[in-house]
Amino acid sequence: MDDLLSLVFLTLAATLRVATPLVLCAMGGLFSEKSGIIDVGLEGKMLMAAFFAAATSAVTGSAWAGVAAAIIAAEVMALLHGFACITHRGNQVVSGIAINIIAAGLTVVWGTAWFNRGGQTPPLVGDQRLLPLLLPNAGDNILVYAALLSVPLTWWIVERTRFGLRLRAVGEMPLAVDTAGISVPWLRYRAVLLCGLFTGLAGAYLSIAQNAGFSRDMTAGQGFIALAAIIFGKWRPFPTFGACLIFGLLDAIAIRLQGVRVPGVGEVPVQLIQALPYLLTVFLLAGFIGRAVAPRAAGVPYEKEH
Amino acid sequence: MSTRRPLPAWAEIAVLPLVNIALAFLTIGIIVRIIGVDPLHALKLLVVGAIGSSESIGYTLYYTTNFIFTGLAVAVAFHAGLFNIGGEGQAYIGGLGCGLAILALDRFLPAPLMIPVAILAAALFGAAWAAVPAWLQAWRGSHIVITTIMFNFLAAALMVYLMVNVLIAPGSMTPQSRNFAASGKLPSMHDTLAAIGIQVAPSALNLSIVLAVLCCIGVWVFLWHTPWGYALRTMGHNPEAAVYAGTNLRHMTVLAMCISGGLAGFVGVNELMGVHHRIVLDFPAGYGFAGIAVALMGRSHPVGIVLAALLFGALQQGGAELAFEIPTITREMVVVIQGLIILFSGALANMPRPWLQLFLSSPRSGEVPAQRAEGS
Repeated sequence: MDDLLSLVFLTLAATLRVATPLVLCAMGGLFSEKSGIIDVGLEGKMLMAAFFAAATSAVTGSAWAGVAAAIIAAEVMALLHGFACITHRGNQVVSGIAINIIAAGLTVVWGTAWFNRGGQTPPLVGDQRLLPLLLPNAGDNILVYAALLSVPLTWWIVERTRFGLRLRAVGEMPLAVDTAGISVPWLRYRAVLLCGLFTGLAGAYLSIAQNAGFSRDMTAGQGFIALAAIIFGKWRPFPTFGACLIFGLLDAIAIRLQGVRVPGVGEVPVQLIQALPYLLTVFLLAGFIGRAVAPRAAGVPYEKEH
Repeated sequence: MSTRRPLPAWAEIAVLPLVNIALAFLTIGIIVRIIGVDPLHALKLLVVGAIGSSESIGYTLYYTTNFIFTGLAVAVAFHAGLFNIGGEGQAYIGGLGCGLAILALDRFLPAPLMIPVAILAAALFGAAWAAVPAWLQAWRGSHIVITTIMFNFLAAALMVYLMVNVLIAPGSMTPQSRNFAASGKLPSMHDTLAAIGIQVAPSALNLSIVLAVLCCIGVWVFLWHTPWGYALRTMGHNPEAAVYAGTNLRHMTVLAMCISGGLAGFVGVNELMGVHHRIVLDFPAGYGFAGIAVALMGRSHPVGIVLAALLFGALQQGGAELAFEIPTITREMVVVIQGLIILFSGALANMPRPWLQLFLSSPRSGEVPAQRAEGS
């Protein structure tokens, strides 16, 4: 019985550990998407943040400096996205892809030039990392709690504040917001900046909390899983959180099932479990399980009449 | 913007893209400067590395081949108003099709039969992998951008599973299939040229580049000289007009994506049949994403795509040489350049426009009413 309890506890802790960056990233993406700015660049922002968190922490010796650097790095990328999509009305998907590719290249280029370890940062020890707070062996560092807190916070901002109301409006019908005398670009820039803040925290979690340093491409598609979670949660905070937990649980199970023979089924391919988030999202989008409707103005640049 | 005069056509076709590229290279120069390398020195090494010897030209053209395939793939979808981000996955599955055909038949078929069959298999598998997202968009209303992203990950997961569990050669420690027999290998360019008496240094360049040139001609003929191509472009410009003209948008969506996916699948021909001679993991190596940059830069026209692909091929090869010469620079510098080109010629393509309009629009063209953005 004790074994079973500890197994459940370990799996839950593992789920939360894996889900934390997804939750932070998804909450950030939610703000952006709600305002009508599609963000396929979550992955790139998170990667850039992870690199600068680890690099700064390694150089300064302070994990908090690392977190600050991560946020700044993600905000710079977020502003770039905003500059292209809001100010210059560029294609949002193209801009997001560019950010992903630039981040994938630049982190390795700078990492190699500065630390000379093939794109990795030096291993972080002690205060260079965010350490677990209360429970032993659970990895419950402060960003895990931040992720848990980010969900009700996002819900409150989006659903219960004046800013949130306008944010939802600008994602559905920017013309109405503009007619009411509220600046569409300024609203969208604030949404994009919030997205940068959360993806920055997600990146910092990856490199200085969950792991002890940055390694190339360490986000490994998690930005896209977060995007899938947003779609799965139908652009609402709590369902999105639920999707992140399910995807995190799948990952925790996949790690546990590696090489294990399940009675009656045989060996379950790990790749299948890892591919499930993507597969489920495809099914959902195709309307086979419920329907996901994006904010109506998502992806459409707003052109002010002259 | 509506008060501004439009740019003359030559500026639209030639000057604006060049300004965008120049901005990308200026940025990369600054990045190179930041890591403490003289940008001009780096540029010199890069150019010499890309076209300095017959061997390096061979490798440049070998990379160019991949970029032509994925660039054309993205361009065909662009013309239909579709954004295919799934080139990566379609190339992967195309390679799988090519490899499976060869593994199944290379002991029975001679090369003149085996090679066309394998090329066809690559096209079919790539097309099939693109057809599913196309079908889902056309009939089920799911957005093709998101679905093709998801299909990239699904392709990667499927390939890892197949290579680790099914196709791995007996006794092999690394996940790769058995070697293709001689009939399943595409002749290399240096062997082919040697057969007709021309000696060039050995490189990875193989006859796939001939296929790439044929694809360019084929795409050009299809898009601009067939009724289907006309219908496809009409759909891209104005779906309502296309419906009015009798085009079935659903069928056209699937057709456009199948052609796109098939073209991306040819990366597998160049990589597996031309170079590796077995199925390996991760051979698409970002070519699918780079295809977006190639298509944007080449303005989705085969001629532009060939020019852009040559530039990208030279960057890929020159970048490798550069990384070899200067240890502080890694090959990923090329990835950064690709990303910057996507940024400046895609997302920020209109940024230099007001300045260019200031200098290049002739006063007479003011008589032409300024183009209005649709919906405004």
